[in-house]
Amino acid sequence: MKNDYILEIEDLTVKYITEDSIVSAVNNMSLKLERGNTLGFVGETGAGKTTTAKSIMRLLPEPPTKIESGKIIFNGENILEKSIKHMQSIRGNKISMIFQDPMTALNPVIPIIDQIAEVILLHQTKDRKAAYKRAEEMLEIVEIKKERGEEYPHQFSGGMKQRVVIAIALACTPDLLIADEPTTALDVTIQAQVLKLMHDIKESNNTSMIMITHDLGIVAEACDNVAVIYAGSIVEYGTKEDIFNSHAHPYTEGLFNCIPDLSKTESELIPIKGIMPDPSDLPTGCKFHPRCPYAVDRCSKEEPESKEISDGHMVKCFLEHRK
Amino acid sequence: MLKYIIRRIIMMIPVMLGVTFVVFTMLYITPGDPAQTILGENATEETIAELREEMGLDRPFIIQYFDYVWKIVTKGDFGRSYTNQQPVINALIDRFPNTIILAVSSAAIAVILGLILGVVSAVKQYSIFDNFSMTLALIGLSMPNFWQGLLLMLLFSLKLGWFPVSGFTTWKHLILPALTVGTSSCAIIARMTRSSMLEVVRQDYVDSARAKGQKEYIVIIKHALRNAMIPIITAVGLQFGAMLGGSVITESVFSIPGIGKLMVDSIKARDYPSVQAGVLLIALSFCVVNLLVDLLYAATDPRMKSNIEGKA
Amino acid sequence: MSAVNNTATTRVQYKKRSQTKEIWRRFRKNKSSIIGMIIIAILIICAIFAENIAPYDPVKQDYAHTLEHPSKEHIFGTDEFGRDIFSRIIFGARTSLSVGLISVSISCIVGGVIGAISGYFGGRIDTFIMRCMDVFLAIPSILFNISIIAALGPGIVNMMIAVGVSNIPRYCRIMRASVLQIKNQEFIEAAKAGGALDFFIITFHVVPNSLAPIIVQATLNVGSAIIACAGLSFIGVGISPPTPEWGAMLSNGRDLLRNYSYITAFPGLAIMITVLSLNLMGDGLRDAFDPKLKR
Repeated sequence: MKNDYILEIEDLTVKYITEDSIVSAVNNMSLKLERGNTLGFVGETGAGKTTTAKSIMRLLPEPPTKIESGKIIFNGENILEKSIKHMQSIRGNKISMIFQDPMTALNPVIPIIDQIAEVILLHQTKDRKAAYKRAEEMLEIVEIKKERGEEYPHQFSGGMKQRVVIAIALACTPDLLIADEPTTALDVTIQAQVLKLMHDIKESNNTSMIMITHDLGIVAEACDNVAVIYAGSIVEYGTKEDIFNSHAHPYTEGLFNCIPDLSKTESELIPIKGIMPDPSDLPTGCKFHPRCPYAVDRCSKEEPESKEISDGHMVKCFLEHRK
Repeated sequence: MLKYIIRRIIMMIPVMLGVTFVVFTMLYITPGDPAQTILGENATEETIAELREEMGLDRPFIIQYFDYVWKIVTKGDFGRSYTNQQPVINALIDRFPNTIILAVSSAAIAVILGLILGVVSAVKQYSIFDNFSMTLALIGLSMPNFWQGLLLMLLFSLKLGWFPVSGFTTWKHLILPALTVGTSSCAIIARMTRSSMLEVVRQDYVDSARAKGQKEYIVIIKHALRNAMIPIITAVGLQFGAMLGGSVITESVFSIPGIGKLMVDSIKARDYPSVQAGVLLIALSFCVVNLLVDLLYAATDPRMKSNIEGKA
Repeated sequence: MSAVNNTATTRVQYKKRSQTKEIWRRFRKNKSSIIGMIIIAILIICAIFAENIAPYDPVKQDYAHTLEHPSKEHIFGTDEFGRDIFSRIIFGARTSLSVGLISVSISCIVGGVIGAISGYFGGRIDTFIMRCMDVFLAIPSILFNISIIAALGPGIVNMMIAVGVSNIPRYCRIMRASVLQIKNQEFIEAAKAGGALDFFIITFHVVPNSLAPIIVQATLNVGSAIIACAGLSFIGVGISPPTPEWGAMLSNGRDLLRNYSYITAFPGLAIMITVLSLNLMGDGLRDAFDPKLKR
């Protein structure tokens, strides 16, 4: 089972090119995802998580975006070299995506059953009857009565809409599911339901998943591995246990300091100082150094390499503060 | 849905009453005595007074107004033309089909061409096609239609001889006037479609359609355009009014015997009942079109539909 | 697109520039709007100094030089009465621009006031006003113009009134919408809580905040008003000869279209260029006022 990676990203660099500026959204990102595993993408808004996800789907509009370099290897093939036609046979079929906001992810003028059946008709069967039957099954799997299939998105609550979105994403039992903050727009009680649902379906189909989130609680609940992303690069990567119990990067540490911990009596939160750097004008050296409490001279001059501090636990920091 | 249609028709009534009131008031305040106008310069005081009584002109304004409306509603009687003493309704029936044919064919040109230009421009934003068609749209918007009509006539009728100069009997007579009337509406619809499409194509649901693996042209037509249509339908409705209006001038340019030409000729002849009837008829057609547009709107946008059904 | 970048740059810019400067900066970036503005400026100069610019008297008939094609003496040729078309177009700019401006001012002021009242007070006043506007909107504007002119009689003043009145509903709606949008914002609440009079609130708080869409609409509307007036003159119910007016000139040249097409070509071009410039300017202003609308 070694080296059975569903997805490998090598040295991916994505830029937004506009009249006034060039924005580096993703910088030399590399990662590997084992089949059947769930990888969490953690980071602040604007760190490049969604851009990475959309690059995997090849959904970034060109222009203004440009994939400058790198490879995205899915099931052993570099999908950046594939034709759009080939990509259309992969999207929704082998790789599915759940979008951030269920309120806007469904087409408001099409009944939901049609929206589910659409993806089935595209990839699985040309038989309309069979496709609609499968769509109804999917509705029931996500615990929506099939009678409601004829209704339009505005007649559903946020949580139900997200379940419809999940039904669409999983209708063709994809190998890889990319979930872009699937629960951010939902109430806390609904969040748990949706997460459990995703987990169950994923388990029964052995689907691999990338879970994009800024919520470490969701990471703890749903992920096997975690990639912490800052300003378009992975700054720390490891198993969930590595990240939660022995995180090494100052940014990861900062993220954990922002979570209230009731077990400690002195529960003062320590926010990370400053804001995300302007991606069109990134700092030299380590991109985190202006906000890093441990920064030394070297951090502003050289960009640290990613190094392995224990088996599979990578950190992109000189770790001077630990010496 | 039926209840909504009925409610909308009932809602049209006060608007139409308002329109008749405005038009009637304008006629009422028009200087000059209708009886005098009909009888001419040489009529005696007595004959004029007789005719005034016969026409009911000696009654109070409000009575005359209701009488006018009552006659229209019950008998289709719009009064008699001052110039030929014939009931105005006869002229209207003769000419109305021509105006409607012209407006409908202009609308067809404007909608089809406008949608195509707008959608392609939005999909290929900032391309040569986009720049070219939007420049063309802006020029179309800036060109007075009577001038455009004359230019088309000069080129295609007088110089090339492809189409007849005037009259309105065959389809060949229809092409140039319909182009003339349709151009500015086409430009407006194209601009509107482009901006509406640009708004829609960056919505998440368009990306989710792509994420399903749907082909790009189906994404554009089925997912983007259907949503973009909602504001466009409203614009098309308003443009139909503009096209009915535009036909007034264009009918004069191409000598088409329609309501517009009737009105222009009647104004010059101070034949006010004909002007009044023409305005009323076109306003009524416009109201009907707006009703149809609203129904179409409700059919396109399920949010509207359930809103309506919720209320009904 | 990159929301991060946009917010980051606008944040920086707002620190540096005031709002008016920011609008001007955005407007200036749009080359075609600047061209439109320059053309309009030239037309305004022509209109003001028509006597000095025009080489001939626009109404003087000269039967020795009728229907001359464009030449060195008469660069746009002469019409059937021997009048110099170039001079008539220069003077026509005066007529058209003033007709356009005055009629738009009428609709702007009357419509704006009605709309502000309607939006600010709401309730029955609002319902009544908006129903009246529905009635006005049910009549296509050219027919409305024609019926007003039928009632008041042809002529330049009546034409301006007709075109002005027929556009009232547009401004009424825009103003009402803007008022509704800002009426409930906190600074208005604050003014009310401070005991300000309604009139004061409308004039000093609500109106300045609704100006942007009105200015844009007015710029675009001057163009359509010019076309409407030219159209009315064209069908012979607007400005009557011999006053130089582009629409009436076009109408004059109609019968001579086959052999003397230049008589219709130049006034038509003049209208088109004027309206095109106004449209370019209006589009530029709209984008400058509301960068969100542009993509």
